[in-house]
Amino acid sequence: MNEPVSKLQEILDAGQFAVTGEIGPPKGTNVEPALHEAQQYLEGRVAAVNVTDIQTAVMRLGSMAVCHLLLDRGVEPVFQMVCRDRNRLALESDLLSAYTLGIRNVLALTGDHVAMGDHREAKCVFDLDSVGLLEAMARLEAGTDLGRDAKGNPNQLDGVPKFFKGCCVTPCADEVEPQIIKLEKKATAGAQFVQTQAVYDPAAFEKFMNQIQHVKVPVLVGIVLLKSAGMAKYMNRSVPGVQVPDAIVQRLTDAPKEDRAKVSVEIAAELIRAMKPMCQGAHLMTLGWDHCVPDIIQQAELA
Amino acid sequence: MIVAERKPFDEIVEMVAPYKKVLVLGCGSCVTVCLTGGERQAEILASQLRLAGRKKGLDLSVDFDCITRQCDREFTENLKFDPAEYDAVLSLACGVGVGFMSGVLPDTPVLPALNTTFYGAGVAEGVWEEYCHGCGDCVLAWTGGICPIARCSKSLINGACGGTNDGKCEVSQDMDCGWHLIYKRLQELGRLDELRKMRPPRDWSKNRSGGVRRLSREEMAEIAQESAE
Repeated sequence: MNEPVSKLQEILDAGQFAVTGEIGPPKGTNVEPALHEAQQYLEGRVAAVNVTDIQTAVMRLGSMAVCHLLLDRGVEPVFQMVCRDRNRLALESDLLSAYTLGIRNVLALTGDHVAMGDHREAKCVFDLDSVGLLEAMARLEAGTDLGRDAKGNPNQLDGVPKFFKGCCVTPCADEVEPQIIKLEKKATAGAQFVQTQAVYDPAAFEKFMNQIQHVKVPVLVGIVLLKSAGMAKYMNRSVPGVQVPDAIVQRLTDAPKEDRAKVSVEIAAELIRAMKPMCQGAHLMTLGWDHCVPDIIQQAELA
Repeated sequence: MIVAERKPFDEIVEMVAPYKKVLVLGCGSCVTVCLTGGERQAEILASQLRLAGRKKGLDLSVDFDCITRQCDREFTENLKFDPAEYDAVLSLACGVGVGFMSGVLPDTPVLPALNTTFYGAGVAEGVWEEYCHGCGDCVLAWTGGICPIARCSKSLINGACGGTNDGKCEVSQDMDCGWHLIYKRLQELGRLDELRKMRPPRDWSKNRSGGVRRLSREEMAEIAQESAE
């Protein structure tokens, strides 16, 4: 087996249950609060922290810069990269840059369409898709790139990066077969770990995991903290491939306002406890409620 | 066919405002089919412009004409009016027609009355949808005849993204997910193996990224030369 290039890879290689967190860079230069939250609530509790890349096409500070700042503070980042905003030249170049800054975990994503965000008149790129981005990483690791020299031979790199390459899947998509086929392709392209879209239905997740047994890539189940019944309903209405069961919505509805955060944490922890035996880790997306991570981890009996 | 829609009227008025004598020129091909640029539409636009001119106190005279195609020199012979006698031609052709006529009429500005939108086909009475991007490297053989470049909002080539939702695209609930359509079609054809194949990054140089595209058929040039001799 290859020598692990990151703590996250080391944990997954060792067959231990890995927990990752997630932060979103600010809209502006005020990066301190996000870094502080990561350091205070995530460091030492999670293996690595994902940094979103212009999430939902809402313009923000860059993922690479925040990943680098996290590294400076001793927090291992997962550099999320979407295909929406950069062509293959820029993606490959940023991968080399990220590597030189010490970034090792990279999550390849398609990226939300610009129509979802706050720059709706922007031009979408999508030169590569998520499979192509994984291929680009594998190519760089092999010492070449996606281009050709004047004679048509692969370009040779002067100094070669090595990444721990991740991808995403939606286990509870209304149509799961195409998701599985694409996951197979991502694994073929070199994906070494999977972080899933939010899952709220352990039975559906178990079924999904049984269907992808042949894909030999560790899976971290996605847990999005439900902050309110309204948010759960919104997700059911508007987030593709996410279905919050009625029972969970009801629990959030019934919770008195002062107990809502407590109930949110309980739900997340229960979901992790239920799905832990089915997968290799959990990816916690707390959407700014990073202060809940210690409680989730404790109640999920992961500490 | 090429699908186009008429520009907002105010924008057209603003375009022609500097000119006194304008010829509205329809195109009898694609844009006639999608009811935006044919003879009838040229006639209507001409009278709308006359009215607007009168209302705004502009010194504007407007005629209209229509030829079979504005993208082919041979049809310009069928013009009933001489464009050279006008200050401007307001073309109801697609962008190809406007551009081509600009070359045909070196001394006369040719203005676009339409926004050229896509290569499409009529899917219901009065509804046209995009089918092709003219990407220069057709993939329809392995996508069940449904184009992922034109019909996936992100032009993805290895299957749907996570934004696919009940057969619809994340961009809009009114928009089919192109990859959902491809998946269903390949399933019906018993060809899901095509979806499983790895598709390497595309060669966009055959698309616009390679610069301006051109087709030259030497044998046609030779035949033309021979018959001239």
